[in-house]
Amino acid sequence: MLKNRLIACLLWRDGLIVQSVNFNHTNFVGDALTAVDFFNTWAIDEIVILDVSRNAEKRDLFFRIIDELSARSFVPLTVGGKIRTIEDIRKLLQIGADKVCVNSEAFKNSQFVMQAAEMFGSQCIVVSIDVKKINDQYRVFINNGQTDTGTDPVGWAKQAEALGAGEIFLTSIDRDGSREGYDLELIAKVSGNVRIPVIASGGVGDWQHFIDGIAKGKADAVSAANIFHYSEQSTKKAKNFMRASGLNIREPEFYFINTPRKPKYRI
Amino acid sequence: MIAIIDYKMGNLRSIANAFGLLGAETVIAQTPEILSKAEAIVIPGVGAFRDGMKNLQELGFTNALQEEVAENKKPFLGVCLGLQLIAKRSFENGEYEGLDWIDFDVKKITPQSGNFRIPHMGWNELEIKGEGGVLLQGIPKPAVVYFVHSYFLQPNSKASEKLVTSTCFHGETITASVEQENIFGCQFHPEKSQNTGLAVLRNFIEFAKKHA
Repeated sequence: MLKNRLIACLLWRDGLIVQSVNFNHTNFVGDALTAVDFFNTWAIDEIVILDVSRNAEKRDLFFRIIDELSARSFVPLTVGGKIRTIEDIRKLLQIGADKVCVNSEAFKNSQFVMQAAEMFGSQCIVVSIDVKKINDQYRVFINNGQTDTGTDPVGWAKQAEALGAGEIFLTSIDRDGSREGYDLELIAKVSGNVRIPVIASGGVGDWQHFIDGIAKGKADAVSAANIFHYSEQSTKKAKNFMRASGLNIREPEFYFINTPRKPKYRI
Repeated sequence: MIAIIDYKMGNLRSIANAFGLLGAETVIAQTPEILSKAEAIVIPGVGAFRDGMKNLQELGFTNALQEEVAENKKPFLGVCLGLQLIAKRSFENGEYEGLDWIDFDVKKITPQSGNFRIPHMGWNELEIKGEGGVLLQGIPKPAVVYFVHSYFLQPNSKASEKLVTSTCFHGETITASVEQENIFGCQFHPEKSQNTGLAVLRNFIEFAKKHA
């Protein structure tokens, strides 16, 4: 049987991994290579890295980082942020991304998802949806959570599925960085209305929240960012906790990757 | 040297990285001439069957593959779409002919109940047949590997059923790996399946060394 996935999400801003609270970036938490090595060592199931820089000045550096990361990531690597064209996708896949995560451009231009899915296959096109509650209604936000589209996330998720998206990465902006747990109502609504896998994101403060995301939110995969950076052996502990509750989760096996770092540290 | 075929369809880097980690020398084959010099040939791949076949054809790989793998019996590994392309035909958005090295058809996964989402995406446990043939021999159990696909290989006969070395379950039984003499294929992504996947690739490298 297919297992539920535990996904680490890295937010990359101008060269460093940052912490995010309601889509505002607060602390720098280190560099991407260290984080990826750590996650690989402790059997994370998948890694998502998003370029959340506010402008494209460091875009070339981001590509170089992805190129290096992919050489040391032996779990699937999903890359997102600032993807506007088919060429952008091609380039990321060439330097080692396994999947790409598209958001604003997908929303603005429905042909984009369709073309991308036709060209590269649905399985590598993840549509990311950022949601905020306004007057008790869920709405899709785009442009790094800056623009309210007024659209209902369930409708957009269904449309994205019809256009060929292979997966939905669903983030609650309100819960992002809150440590209060996922917005389970939102996740259950979206996941109950599409047939493609849904990844829950935003708000994890303790391991129980992962279990809730799967058991109550009906997410196929659960993702977190901040919590992994601030806990010792976090992915191992999270997985053991989830397995103990009876969830079908891959065992956290220790894996040492003997790949020399060049340069050794990039700070 | 292992030639990884670049037919504009896939995650070449990931598979080259994994072979590299295991100490195998690889070359990205952009033209078919390289295949005759290679000790083993790999078709990785992600994407649609029709485009995959079309690209192999247009880039001139089809004949070279036929000669090196089907006739000269060079060790071959197909991963995901790379496995599907060696089947007889595919029903992905139409009906298309494959390289036809193994008697399988490529069909859409159609789960019997609604609890199984498509694509089949994520980590699933292999049910290994017997000793697991060449590719899966000695793999620690449970063998959990990464899948991402919506179509899979279905054996057309009892004889082809015997080529299946492992399966997994996702609403129906999914062929996870096959082997026939020098030809190997896996539906999962060994290059993205951590320890287990690397062990599969190591088995292929060992086979290739012995049969070079």
